[in-house]
Formats: sequence, C-alpha cells, structure tokens
Amino acid sequence: MRAIDLITQILEVIAALAAAPLFVGWVNQCRAWLQNRSAPSLWLPYRGIRKLFHKEAVIAETASPLFRVAPYVVFGAMTLAAAIIPSMSTRLPLTIAADAIALVGLLATARVFQSLAAIDIGTAFGTLGARREMMVGFLAEPALLMVIFVASLISATTALPAIAENLATQRVGLYPSLAFTAIAFTMVLLAENARIPIDNPATHLELTMIHEAQLLEYSARHLALMEWAAALKLFNYACIGFALFVPWGISTGAGGPAALLASIPLLALKLLTAGAALALIETVSAKLRVFRAPEFLGVAFVFAVLGVLVHLLLGA
Amino acid sequence: MSLGLAAIRSLSSDTPAIIIQAAPKAAAVIIEIHSPLSASLTLLAVWGLIGLAGLLRPRSVALAGRTLFPLSALCGICLAVVALASLASPVEQRTLLVGLPDLPMHVRQDALSSLFLLLLGAASAGISVFAAGYFRRGEGTPPGLLCLQYHVFLASMGLVLLADDAYAFMVAWETMALSSYFLVTAQHGLAEIRRAGFLYLLIAHLGAIAILLSFGVMQGGSWHFTFDAMRVAHLTPGWAAVAFLLALVGFGAKAGLVPLHVWLPEAHPAAPSPVSALMSGVMLKTAVYGVLRVTFDLLGNEQWWWGLVPLALGLFSALFGAVFAAVQTDMKRLLAYSSIENLGIIFTAFGLALMFRGAGMQALAALALLALLYHSLNHAFIKSLLFLGTGAVLHSTGERNLGRLGGLIHRMPWVAALTLVGSLAMAGLPPLNGFVSEWLLLQAFLFAQQVPRPFINMLLPLGAALLVLAAALAAYVMVKFYGVTFLGRPREAGLAYAHDAGTLERIGLVWLALGCLALGLLPTLVIESLRPVVAQLGGGMPSGPLSPWWLLAPVPGRQVSYSPLVFFLAIAAVVMVTVLGVRLFYHGHRRRARAWDCGFGELTPRMQDTAEGFGQPIRHIFGSFFAVTRELPSPFDRAPRYSVTVSDRIWQSLYMPLGSIVQRAANAVAWLQQGRIATYLLYSFVTLVVLLALVL
Repeated sequence: MRAIDLITQILEVIAALAAAPLFVGWVNQCRAWLQNRSAPSLWLPYRGIRKLFHKEAVIAETASPLFRVAPYVVFGAMTLAAAIIPSMSTRLPLTIAADAIALVGLLATARVFQSLAAIDIGTAFGTLGARREMMVGFLAEPALLMVIFVASLISATTALPAIAENLATQRVGLYPSLAFTAIAFTMVLLAENARIPIDNPATHLELTMIHEAQLLEYSARHLALMEWAAALKLFNYACIGFALFVPWGISTGAGGPAALLASIPLLALKLLTAGAALALIETVSAKLRVFRAPEFLGVAFVFAVLGVLVHLLLGA
Repeated sequence: MSLGLAAIRSLSSDTPAIIIQAAPKAAAVIIEIHSPLSASLTLLAVWGLIGLAGLLRPRSVALAGRTLFPLSALCGICLAVVALASLASPVEQRTLLVGLPDLPMHVRQDALSSLFLLLLGAASAGISVFAAGYFRRGEGTPPGLLCLQYHVFLASMGLVLLADDAYAFMVAWETMALSSYFLVTAQHGLAEIRRAGFLYLLIAHLGAIAILLSFGVMQGGSWHFTFDAMRVAHLTPGWAAVAFLLALVGFGAKAGLVPLHVWLPEAHPAAPSPVSALMSGVMLKTAVYGVLRVTFDLLGNEQWWWGLVPLALGLFSALFGAVFAAVQTDMKRLLAYSSIENLGIIFTAFGLALMFRGAGMQALAALALLALLYHSLNHAFIKSLLFLGTGAVLHSTGERNLGRLGGLIHRMPWVAALTLVGSLAMAGLPPLNGFVSEWLLLQAFLFAQQVPRPFINMLLPLGAALLVLAAALAAYVMVKFYGVTFLGRPREAGLAYAHDAGTLERIGLVWLALGCLALGLLPTLVIESLRPVVAQLGGGMPSGPLSPWWLLAPVPGRQVSYSPLVFFLAIAAVVMVTVLGVRLFYHGHRRRARAWDCGFGELTPRMQDTAEGFGQPIRHIFGSFFAVTRELPSPFDRAPRYSVTVSDRIWQSLYMPLGSIVQRAANAVAWLQQGRIATYLLYSFVTLVVLLALVL
C-alpha cells in the first residue's frame, strides 16, 4: 500500500463527510430555483447540524440503549460506505474489505438499525415509518443488486473500483444494458434516499412520511448524526452512480498525485449536474401513494432484470 | 421389595456423584481412542446412556436439569472437537455387531459425516445447556422421560450421519422421526399439539418411504444394500434419475421443501423450544446431508439437468417461506417459515452445484458447495439461537402471540441482546455469518453465466433475482420479529412481571451467539476446514493457502474479496471516534421526557403496529400467494369486528383434496370389513386358491 493510496483514502472520507451536506444544500437550492422561490443558503445544512450538536438530547422514557446506539452505527456504516466507493480514485486500500455486494449489505445494515430504532419508542409514527422503510428497502435492494450484477457481468468482477476502472479505461462504446440499468438505478436512488416520488423530504405530514417518521423522536446530536448520515447516503448513491455509469475522470493510480488532483473538479462537476438533475426530477414528479411505491420499485426491478437479459443476449 | 426400592433409591441419589466421578475417566478413555469413528460411536453411546439415566428419577428436574443435560452438552462439545479434528482424516469404515444376524450395521466416517457431526455436536451443546435450565415440571411429560427422548433423538441423528448401509440408515432415520414425534407431542394434553404431531409423523413417513424406494433403486440389481455396493453399482441414466428424484422427494419432505413443507409450521411451534431449536437447526440438516450423500457419493454420474429441479424448488421455497413468515402472528410459526426459506436457499445452492458439475465446471461447483455447507452451518447456529430466545420469552411471559408481546428489551436485556445478534445474522447483514454464505452464493450465481446452455444461462439471472428478493425479505421478517417482540412498549399489562433468562439458559444462548460471531468474522478459517469436505464431494477447489486469514477471496483471478473483520473494526473505529469527538467538541448531556409523537396526547401501547400491521405491505404485494379471509366491519354493525386470517393455499388446494380422496378410498375399502367371521374365512379361502393357482 503506497502512501498516496492511504492519503487518497483519508481524503475521500473527509471529502465525503464535508461535501455531503453541501450536496443536499445544492439540491435544495436547485429545487427552489425551479419552483420560483428564493433559495435558502447553500450552507444551511451545516448550520443546522451544528445547531443540533449544541442542544441537549431529550430521549423518550421508553427508549432502550438500542435507540441511543443506532445513530452512531448508522453514521459509521455510511462513513465506511463512503470510504469504499471510488469517487476520486480507484486505488483505495479499504476496498479489499468489501465488494459491491458487501456495500449493499452495509446499506442494509444501516436501514435495519434505523428501522429498529424507530420501533423502539413504541409510537404509531415510528412503527409506521419502520414498516414503510423496510418495504421500500426490500424492493429496492434486489433492484440495486441486479444493477450491480449487470456491471459485474460486463467487468467480470464485483469489486466496485475494478468496475469503475474497467469502464473508464475502455473505449467509449454503447452499452444498451447499462442504459436500462441506469434508469433502474435512478429509480432506486429516488426510493432509497426518500425523494419524490416515493417520499417527500420536506414534508411535515406525519402520515406521508417514510424517512422523517423514523427520525421523529431523535433530537440534538442523535438527530444531527442521522441527518448527516442521510446526506452521506445521498452522496454515496450519487458516487455509486458515477462509478457505474460515468466513471471518466477518476484517478486510476497510474497518473500519480496530478491525476488525483484533476479528478476533484471533475467530481464536483458531476455532483453539480447530478444535483440539478435530481432537483428537476423531483420538481416534475408528484409524490406517489404509498401503495403505489411497490409498483414503482417493481418497474425498477424489471428494468434491471431487462438489463441483465439484454447483456446476455447482445453481449454488451 | 422394599429393600429393592431402597437400593434403587440410594443408587439414584448417588447417581450424580457416580457420574461426576466417572466423567474424567470417560474423557480419558475417549482421548486415548485414536480412531475418530470409535470416539464418535462412544459419544453417541454415552448420549444414549445419559438418556437412560433420566429414567432413574423421571420426575426429578434436578437430575435431568442440573446433571444430565449439562453432561450431554459436554458430550456434544467433545463430539464437535473429534469431528473437527477428523475433517481431514482418512475415511474409516467398520461393521458393528448390532443388527440382525445376516444384516449387520456398517458405519463410516468421512469428511462429509465429520462436518455434519461437528454441526450436530456444536449446536446441540448450546441447546442442551439451555434445555438444562428450561425443562421444568408440569409441561405434560416428566423431565426424565423428556431426557430419554431427547438423547435418543440426538444419538439417532448421529447414527444417521455415520450409517454406511441402507439398513442402518433407515433404522436411524425412523428412530429420529419417532423420538422427535414424542418430543413434539410433549404437551400431549392439547388437541392441536397432537394433531401437529400426527401431521409431522405422516409426512416423515411418506418421506421415509421415498428414501427407502430410492435405496431400492440404487442397489442396481446386486441386492446388497451397503453403500459400498451402491457406489459401484451401474445404473442407467433413467434409473439414476428415478433414484435421484425419489431421494429428493424423501429428503425434501424432511427438509421442508415446498410442497412437502406443511408439517414444519405446525410441528415446530408445537414442540418445546429446545426441541424446536434442535429440529430446525440440526434435524433439517440431516436431510441436507442425506441428499448430498445420495447425489454426490452414491449416485456418482450426475446429469446437468438434475440441478434444475432442486434449483426451482429451492427458489420457490425460499420466496414462499419468506413471504409467509412476514405475515405470521405467532413468533414460532414465523421462525418455522423462516426455516423453510433457508432450506430453500440451501437447495438452491445444491441445484447450482449439480448444474455446474453436470457442465464440467468443477471449480464453480466447489464454490456452490461451499456456499451450501457454510449456509447449513450458519443456519444451525442462527435458528437455534432464535428459537431458544423465543423459548426464554415464552417461559417468562407465557405468550407466543406477537400481538401480546413488546418492550421486552427492558425486562430481559440478556435475551434481547443475544436474540438481536441472531436476528441481525438471519437478516443477512454484514459482518455476521448470514451474509457470508449469501455472498458466496451470489458469487456462484454470477459465474453461472458461463454454463454452456443458452436457455439456462438466461434463466439463472432470474434465479439470482428471486434469491436476492428472498434475502431482502428475510431482513423485513427479522425487523418485524425483533421489533414487535422486544422493542416498543409492552402490549399487555402482565409483561411487567417478565424476568430474564436463568444462568444455564444464558450460557446456551451465549455459546450459540459466539458461534454466529465466529462464523461471521473468521470465514477463511471455516472455508479452510470445509476444503476436505468439498474435495470429497467432487468439487475441485484451487489448492494452496487462501490469501491472508482476515480476507476472504475464494476465487483467485477475480478481484473479489470481503473481509468481515476489517468491516467490523472500521465501523467500530468510526463509532468510537464519533462518540469521543462529540463529547470532546460538544457535550453528552441528555434528559428523559415523554415521547414526542408529534405532540399528540396520551400514548397507549395499542397505538403501535401489530404483527398483522407489520405484515400488511407483504400481504398487499404478494396477495396471490395467500388464502386470505377477511372480516370487515360495516357502518351498521352494533359490535364491529375486524379479523384477517392468512392460510396456506397449498394446504387447501393440494392436501385437502388428497385427504378427501384417501378418505373416500378408505371408506370404499372399509366395505370389505363386514364384521362376520364367515366372510373373513371366505376371504382367506379365496386368497389361498388364487395364490395356489398362480404358483402351480
């Protein structure tokens, strides 16, 4: 393991932790522009997190130790995920510990702890949110795994850096299977990160919440960690999408520090575009009824399986 | 007479002392025995003796609980150690002197037997320690009698794993079924438990008939029923397929493959919890052992299409089990359906291995077999842990219905923490053990694209999709199970008197949880141990040591790896840094208050989700799987009622018609029983005349 790889690893984690709230702020700003409102400050998520850390945690009387441990576990899982997703470079020492399937398992771990903590207090909203989150999760996880399957079939490996490197260094070509799976991946991203059309991240109506309902009982530092973890989740999903579909510009270790430095503005550009696209999708879509969410995710699943079949039939 | 009684009474009061004195001598004898087969047989015999010792004082809980069950746990650990040490030993065979004069019993210990003996010993050790603290008087059967049935069950399972001819195998198989029937109907005073036991025995016997027929086909004309003869017998492809399918039906009935699964959700909840754990964790794996033994060892030349049948049945069972588990309201029925799901996954791996073998891809067959064996080990520990947890809850609260539990994490912290380990492992979350076997199986599915059959390699991604769907549903089921039972607020007032598990019960649970952790964090060591088993089954694993011990990279040449230790340490490091950082830069103040609940008023426990409520999305999405009867209130009802019952469609569409056909056939045949002796004499006369006419 070279020194530069270690530096790259640490840099990626710090960049993810620092840039995730900014990404959320950017998405909110684009959404405000599209909806003809005046936008909140780009740094508002940071101020929110800092404000929450200062507060005293108010914990329900019926809470168990699991409730207090869960935000740290979820935050830890999201940070580890940020460490193993190649956003700036494919030479990350920690990626030998987990391939793409383990990454999906890691996200599932975070989801399960979040749901268990929501059930822990014993309110109607917590169990409602947990039930819906697990429903969205159990339909979205197979679709995500199928997307990764297609990418693994093309690159003959399930290690995410190897997939990214493979796609980045090959000739630019047309991959119809990747087109199908890109649609599936976008739908999974919307579902898992509680975006419209599955869930409204800005809603205050308890009966329509999925993600927010699980955070209802949290306060202060626990809420800060959960919000930060949610921002990290969106950032991670965006980086997974870049690694699978638009990996060009990523440093593959051959170029040395210069390539690494060159990949950072490219990543920023990709994030800007992705944030704007996300805001556009959210603005033109309406939120689905919860009973229609399985149909939405079923369509994503079918697209992903179609991608696999197209790859097997066409070989591309 | 009174002298005899006095002698027996003094003997039985000294028995604990005698056993304690004899145990070190017995251990020394065992260690001196160099042959693993002798050691295993001795330990099985010791189990039998412990069972018999329970009869000395049938009603004494102290004898069974404090002495005999911990002793049997010790035997289980010794058996596991012997089996672990003999995984790489050469094959040993022996002819025992028991049996009929012309039909002695042959036994054999090879790598496959050793692995499943390891599973039996290690899992039963934890279950026996738990049972020591669990069984008490007033449960329908005296503890001493339960001790006998339990140990006969254990010994017969061990004999199934060691049997080397059809006779010994069937004797041990039937003993296993009978002893477990008595264990299932321990509370035979209740009619529903008797019914569950009857259904269990019925399907067990149907399976045994299929296995017997399969052995009959496999002897291939030599009329020798030893496994050695079956190994060298040459069968035409047609008859080999018949033998394979019969064995699949027979062992599938024991393993709970759909559609022969109907006994599982009835028998497992009816049995006492340690027995459910033993049945679900260990007995189902003997069926896996049987199907592996028959297919890879006795039959030999597999054809590639054989793999399709277990693959399809396994995938369907996995999905079926997961979907049904999600809508259950009884915690033990939920775990029983979850067992169906996991056995489905094991049979999926089996079908995949067969297909790879048939296509000549040995290395990939080895990967699929590895996933199969690893999942068997995992499931034994996880399911035992979960069933024992429910046993502790049942004893403490008297409730099995999920709708009357809740909030038990506050009253039973040990059981809750250990069951959390089991639930997370069952949900297939890294870095625990459920994820490792799932990971291996998905890698095997990924390589299935190279199978040189154009139609099959397009169906296999769909198979992988179904598998990941079932695995994702498992996480849903475990969140429901753990959340409704342990988290939230107590749904009944009586739950305030719940107490935590006793010391022996805790030790059993901790043993199994440590097993789950070890299997999850040290997969390379486990795979190194499984290597001789896979080699014996015909797969060729790449030789040479695997990469560093903390990194799992089973397929060289592809850059895939997974290291659960690094995973776990990384998350732990981040958690600690965060906790310390928050305390350092900010503060750790907290205070308790009423739950926020968006400012709504009084919170009652009934406002939480019920078990039906948590399963409602699954009922909605997978509606066609179930036969749902709903009773909806109308606005004009004086006393509105809402009820929903979910039942098994296969029971109604397959078993009820079959049952009525059999009943009608039996009624028709019953016409023969006229009740007059003259008619019966006439039957005998006519039969004699017909036989004479045929013979002469």
